[in-house]
Amino acid sequence: MTRIYVPRDSAARSVGADEVARAVENECGVRGINVEIVRNGSRGLLWLEPLVEVETSRGRMGYGPVTPGDVPGLIDGGFLEGAHHELALGVVDDIPWLARQQRVSFARVGIIDPLDLDAYRATGGLRGLQRALQESAEEIVGDVLASGLRGRGGAGFPAGIKWRTVLEAESLDKYICCNADEGDSGTFADRMLMEGDPFTLLEGMAIAGVAVGATRGLIYVRSEYPDAIATLRTAVDIARVDGWLGVDVMGTGRTFDIRVVEGAGSYVCGEETAMLESLEGKRGMVRPKPPIPALKGLFGQPTLVHNVLTLSAVPSIIADGPGDYQALGVDRSRGTQVFQLAGNLARGGIVEIAFGVTLRELIEDFGGGTLSGRPLRAVQVGGPLGAYLPAEALDVSMDYEALADSGGLLGHGGVVAFDDSIDMATQARFAMEFCAVESCGKCTPCRIGSTRGIEVIDKITAGVDRELNLVLLEDLCATMTDGSLCAMGGLTPLPVLSALAHFPEDFHRPPEVTP
Amino acid sequence: MVTSHQAWSVEAATVILQAMPAEERLMLPALQRIQAVFGWVPDESVPVIARELNVSRAEVVGVLTYYHDLRQSPPPPVAVQVCVSEACQAVGARPLAASLEAVYGVPLGETRDGVEFAKVYCLGNCALGPAAMVNGRLLGRCDVERVGAAIAQAQSVLA
Repeated sequence: MTRIYVPRDSAARSVGADEVARAVENECGVRGINVEIVRNGSRGLLWLEPLVEVETSRGRMGYGPVTPGDVPGLIDGGFLEGAHHELALGVVDDIPWLARQQRVSFARVGIIDPLDLDAYRATGGLRGLQRALQESAEEIVGDVLASGLRGRGGAGFPAGIKWRTVLEAESLDKYICCNADEGDSGTFADRMLMEGDPFTLLEGMAIAGVAVGATRGLIYVRSEYPDAIATLRTAVDIARVDGWLGVDVMGTGRTFDIRVVEGAGSYVCGEETAMLESLEGKRGMVRPKPPIPALKGLFGQPTLVHNVLTLSAVPSIIADGPGDYQALGVDRSRGTQVFQLAGNLARGGIVEIAFGVTLRELIEDFGGGTLSGRPLRAVQVGGPLGAYLPAEALDVSMDYEALADSGGLLGHGGVVAFDDSIDMATQARFAMEFCAVESCGKCTPCRIGSTRGIEVIDKITAGVDRELNLVLLEDLCATMTDGSLCAMGGLTPLPVLSALAHFPEDFHRPPEVTP
Repeated sequence: MVTSHQAWSVEAATVILQAMPAEERLMLPALQRIQAVFGWVPDESVPVIARELNVSRAEVVGVLTYYHDLRQSPPPPVAVQVCVSEACQAVGARPLAASLEAVYGVPLGETRDGVEFAKVYCLGNCALGPAAMVNGRLLGRCDVERVGAAIAQAQSVLA
């Protein structure tokens, strides 16, 4: 029986994957052809979605983007045997865009049915947890330290040090909290991993629980991701039935269980202490640090807080030893980063590759330039709190330190491209506007500064005391940077000031031509 | 979006809250549970939650008014969320929002003829923007026609 893969990822579904799956099923049914349709995760070549794959003796042949109307013609043309067609992409694994990547965290995403535990095992799943259960806590933490893994949520803090801190904290009650409140525009890797390979995340959390002595894990998922929430909850149930989550993990007598918690539409809950407040059912307001969550986190107990991608890198590090992971990357940025190519790019999607790839390679080689075909003008790296880099600055190495040196930040690995139709004064205003809407209100520089920022930028673009207001804007940004409690207010100046530094002409137009 | 919601009653709310597992007996999950069942969080639910969780009404109102998702009025039959974040701006989210406002004669943030148009900051579909969501269904590569067709479909399901 021919096996056909049609993604169930919500990005693929947003452009018609469900309709395509139904069309394949109906058309094959009418013709009396027996096929098995597997709903896999997405391979991450999002511009080709819905990307349909057919299993053949030569490998999995891809076709895309497929519409329901294409299906009869594809079957007539022999796509069930992997025949050539104008939508044919050849063997998917050989597509250079994919072949050039180094997939570790995303190794299984798009390959298997995300909720097929047998397929998970057959592709190396659960080896990490098995090994962790035979090792001492110190050995596991030592492996994480040796791998060089750093927090993928944006701060880049060495994961192993956090693990050691929680391990050494004395308490009967410890928590593992996974931050899946992926609110940054231009980022979607957490979502695709949760929808495409949820067991990897659960296994990473279970390993963390075994290592630091926590019995409970929580995953805080934003409400904008209903498919991810549903997939995770089903995956947790499957893992419990299989016996690797719950009161007796793999028969070792150890307890580790996971609960999936839905957010309620607050960006700042992606900040770790605001997330902990929200997990406690309160307003998602930032806590001052210290105390750090590793010592006093959820309900005042030692808590290991990590982003989805950090925890998802753990199973392979433990299963294969830290050496392979550590061998990838540059300087102090070890391993791979899951870059997300978004915005105005011809070929957007997931690029997991070792740190040290240049922004130019991501934008030009992978991204294929702008979707609109117009000249590239700016790239925002690292989400809404990341810097706008000009098209001339693409040769920067994509690692934590090099990006910081060039005035930017890696953040969660989002890369958003803009063509020359973008007005950077409008973008700077938007950064302040977003901060005003999403500020938790705890500290004054963020709460009041963002609204004042909108007003000052409006005066600048309207030509009111322009030079004086530009000075005022820089002063306001300095106050927000230095005086805010968390990254929300502290980093909002980054897109504003980088827009001002690299694109001053947009702030100096005659008021009548300002968009 | 769930299309069939229960009518509000203190008794029903009390049953729902008392049925919550111990570890979820917290303000936000309680409010989310109330909204899931009734479609929104009526003012009358505040004292019920406060009583059941042994917290003050002020604390409950604090949480209720903090989160964008929690509704203090009944939901519209059709809810449209239009992403206005950077990745979608890069591929025309602003003109899309302007066209929707013009075609439906309603600014983002308001409801007209049973269709609510709201701004949302990122739906996680950043490589296939502009993105929108219509009654919980995610759409990519949106234009006015695509969003309009999804609205019409949502309306026909309800009719």
